[in-house]
Amino acid sequence: MSDSSIKLASSRIPCPTFEAPAFTTPKPLAEAKVALVTSASLHHEDDDEFGVVDAGYRVLHRERRDVVVGHWSPNFDASGVSADLNVVFPIDRLEEMAAEGVIGSVSDVHLAFAGNQFDLAAIRMDGGPAGARYLANHEVDVVLLTPV
Amino acid sequence: MYGTAPPRGLFCDFPLGRPLGVPNDAAFQRRVIERAFDLLQRGEPTLEDYDVVIEDDESQTLACPLPPRMDPNAHPAVDEAKGLRPAYERAVAKHGNRTGAVRLLDADAVPAAIEAFVRVAEGKPWKEAGIPGIPARVSQDIRGYYEMAALEIAAHTPAAWAGYRWFRDRTKTGEVIRKARDAMRESGAKEPLWRFLLPSDS
Repeated sequence: MSDSSIKLASSRIPCPTFEAPAFTTPKPLAEAKVALVTSASLHHEDDDEFGVVDAGYRVLHRERRDVVVGHWSPNFDASGVSADLNVVFPIDRLEEMAAEGVIGSVSDVHLAFAGNQFDLAAIRMDGGPAGARYLANHEVDVVLLTPV
Repeated sequence: MYGTAPPRGLFCDFPLGRPLGVPNDAAFQRRVIERAFDLLQRGEPTLEDYDVVIEDDESQTLACPLPPRMDPNAHPAVDEAKGLRPAYERAVAKHGNRTGAVRLLDADAVPAAIEAFVRVAEGKPWKEAGIPGIPARVSQDIRGYYEMAALEIAAHTPAAWAGYRWFRDRTKTGEVIRKARDAMRESGAKEPLWRFLLPSDS
């Protein structure tokens, strides 16, 4: 088993070309509400698991730590997140940074997507924009994406 | 990351499954986040490499003792799994259960699921073997059960993939899953059904 060989195979997946990446300048970090978005297929124990092909998102609540890794792909190390949720979903790090005033606040809601997508169109056109609207409606200023 | 054109991106070359780099190292994780947040000050799309790389050199396998045989009448893999149950339960109590037998199976169902893969490994068509769900999903829960138990027995967080290599190469159940995968492949089962029983290039 080789981490590098899986990365190499992933790097060969064709990606669309974006002529003009989305870009905005947020308010100062010390005033910003920050949310996490992960592609680790996380969901709470009582939430719906991800389907094999699932371009939707699950909401992760700030105060909850009962999180399941719902990936269908076996192609990642699972022991790290088993031992420490923060290596994938660094919610405790954000809480520390908010307590110190480094960031303005931690969002009450965060999002998880399934990173092992076969067709990016649905997540680009549907799940992704819907998630962005959801976070915007919760007045999130900055998002930190953690890919798995 | 460079192909996906995010507005700001910090490429962290860490093992797959550990995007913050090091479990249980808050200072390391914090440095990664702060470095990413530094990019917010840039006035245009920015992609940079993080200056620390964590490579998996494929050399590390977790050293984790296995329980002694308890039931000589049980298949060695099934007996092994039952013997790991106390360690699994302690690990779940300590860490929570994010990757163990939690998605499709519960821990009580693991021995019977392994028995089903034993039947596949011995030549029974997989559809008739009694696998309690999509084979890859069941296999993933079994692997998770083992890696959770190993966390407790080894008493430390292994290097990335080291726990998986232990499961694949050192346990009776890992051997069963490998043989079941090979049997499914040779029997002409559709590739997605056997391919994902284990990580892709195992």
